[in-house]
Amino acid sequence: MSEPTPLLEVTGLRKSFRVARNKAGRNRLTALDGVDLRLGRGETLGLVGESGCGKSTLARVLLMLERPDEGTVRYDGVDPFALKGKELLAWRRRVQMVFQDPFASLNARMTAADLIGEPWRTHRDLVPDPRKREARVRELLDLVGLRAGDAHRYPNEFSGGQRQRIGIARALALEPDLIVCDEPVSALDLSVQAQVLNLLADLQQRLGVSYVFISHDLSVVRHVADRVSVMYLGKIIEHGPTEDVFDRPLHPYTAALMSAAPALEPDGTAGGGDRILLSGELPSPLDPPSGCRFRTRCWQAADRCATESPDPYGRGEEAPDRHEGRCHYPLSLSPIGA
Amino acid sequence: MNPLPSTATAEPDARTAEPALAVEHLSVDVHTASGTVRAVHDVSFSVHKGRTLALLGESGCGKSMTALSIVGLLEPVAEVVGGSVKAGGTDVLTLSRRARRKLAGPVLSIVFQDALAALNPVQPVGRQLGEPFRIHHGLSRREAREKAIELMRIVGIPEPRARARSYPHQFSGGMRQRLLIAMAVALAPDVLLADEPTTALDVTVQAQIMRLLRDLRAERDMAVVLITHDLAVVAEHADDVVIMYAGNVVETGPVREVFAKPRHPYTKGLLDSVPERAEKGKPLPAVGGSPPELSAVPPGCVFQARCPLARERCADERPRLTATGPARAAACHFSEELTSV
Repeated sequence: MSEPTPLLEVTGLRKSFRVARNKAGRNRLTALDGVDLRLGRGETLGLVGESGCGKSTLARVLLMLERPDEGTVRYDGVDPFALKGKELLAWRRRVQMVFQDPFASLNARMTAADLIGEPWRTHRDLVPDPRKREARVRELLDLVGLRAGDAHRYPNEFSGGQRQRIGIARALALEPDLIVCDEPVSALDLSVQAQVLNLLADLQQRLGVSYVFISHDLSVVRHVADRVSVMYLGKIIEHGPTEDVFDRPLHPYTAALMSAAPALEPDGTAGGGDRILLSGELPSPLDPPSGCRFRTRCWQAADRCATESPDPYGRGEEAPDRHEGRCHYPLSLSPIGA
Repeated sequence: MNPLPSTATAEPDARTAEPALAVEHLSVDVHTASGTVRAVHDVSFSVHKGRTLALLGESGCGKSMTALSIVGLLEPVAEVVGGSVKAGGTDVLTLSRRARRKLAGPVLSIVFQDALAALNPVQPVGRQLGEPFRIHHGLSRREAREKAIELMRIVGIPEPRARARSYPHQFSGGMRQRLLIAMAVALAPDVLLADEPTTALDVTVQAQIMRLLRDLRAERDMAVVLITHDLAVVAEHADDVVIMYAGNVVETGPVREVFAKPRHPYTKGLLDSVPERAEKGKPLPAVGGSPPELSAVPPGCVFQARCPLARERCADERPRLTATGPARAAACHFSEELTSV
């Protein structure tokens, strides 16, 4: 079966930054070190990793806010970094973002209607008739579960969950194909978080939009993502269909991450069983370990791990349903704890 | 691993003994420009040595305000207007400021969420950690320094002697949280309050910190009050739970029982909202709406506007916290209707 062109295909992405020299005299921070991603239409890709792993740099590259040093990004087969002028503007419309902090990301001096309609000032051909804009704002408010009467209220009159709905409406105003959601619910209370997750799922079904969903909360990612990529120090160390990755992780880091996350079983008891407790913390991305980057915290690291960077080990279907992990000694096929 | 006798033998003992901390009918008002609001209303709970009680709730529910009232660190705009807080044999609310400060460290102690804000940025950490010993035990600078280094070793900071000279910004988030915990347990308090101690940390570091708190609790036989919004953390680390909503306790009891069979619709709503427990691809059973502003808490039940069981009586009459089983209580007129999940 020949595969249709994916909405988003990223290969071999590298990005480093110059920073102040550390004690060892290093000043190159490698944020992304050979990242591959693939995302189909109407799908959700979960991106998981701890702070400093490169998730946000990756998001910035996907939004074209950063130009990669190496590697390619293709949307519908087109490299956005090669576009100029009108074509570039048209491309930008198709990729939008929902931010983490609904308090910081909305201008306090603009009404909900202004905020939602603001993107049309740049993308003029989308709703060219100013008279139609008001109606369209109302549609968008309705779409995200706010009332038409909310259009003329200011951000401080809304709760955190409602503000995040405004942020989502603002992203949807440009009818994007892809929305990069950077920790979209982590600032929200649990009871409100569920409402926003439901809204995102509902919008995906109705509009066919794709999400790159960045989160540190594994239970959220498990619920929303079709596929998941796990990042560690600038590399994707495991990737695959969500259930496979969660139930049968290949990489020890993935297993440790899942095991460290507090879990709640349906009977109200704590899940997880025996913890894999990692010692130490993330090494500095200025001075990453040789060979496998995880070896300094890995309980099964051997000599080989210090010298050779592991190639992906895969199992299961061919891409995109293939489950791959970069480890010399991938974990067995049995679920953790069994 | 655990040097204490198993909880099975420790438990009956702990229940009969005097609690390490007993909060009774605590109420706190906050005076704002637009009037006075009740942030904590008639909150009662107690914790025994060697046990962990979780204060669970969403932002603005009054859980942090409760903790700050206990340790006497309320902002000037907030005021305790009723109730008592018994620790170390006395009602600390009746003590003078000076007498209260004597209790800070040996009796009551608190770990905050934001370690960077809680540590002094212009003092080496060894000096800060030694301070409690100098103030309370009158140790010399050198003696206090040795104590500080010992504490740093206990909480798992590598090369403590060398690191004692470093400043807070030279530590990672996880290490800073360890320093804060070290300072809080320095004088072996009877009661340790921990206000969202791991919220700002990555999950692998969070697991390390929670393990540290658990080990310290066991070794030092402390009572721990864990203030959190995270249900999974409560399920794993707490023995008992007090669930707060809009300044009021809505349900309380042993964690296992409350989470297995919640008797307040808010508890049930929270548990149902956990993505882990939901079926993938199906909408999460969310609680609609959001918590009321404290200035607009309705008369009657505080949860009525979001409650699937709400009816007329809930608007007129605020439900009292009523026993729903041994050691359990819920504030709901219709809690019998929630017998199964």
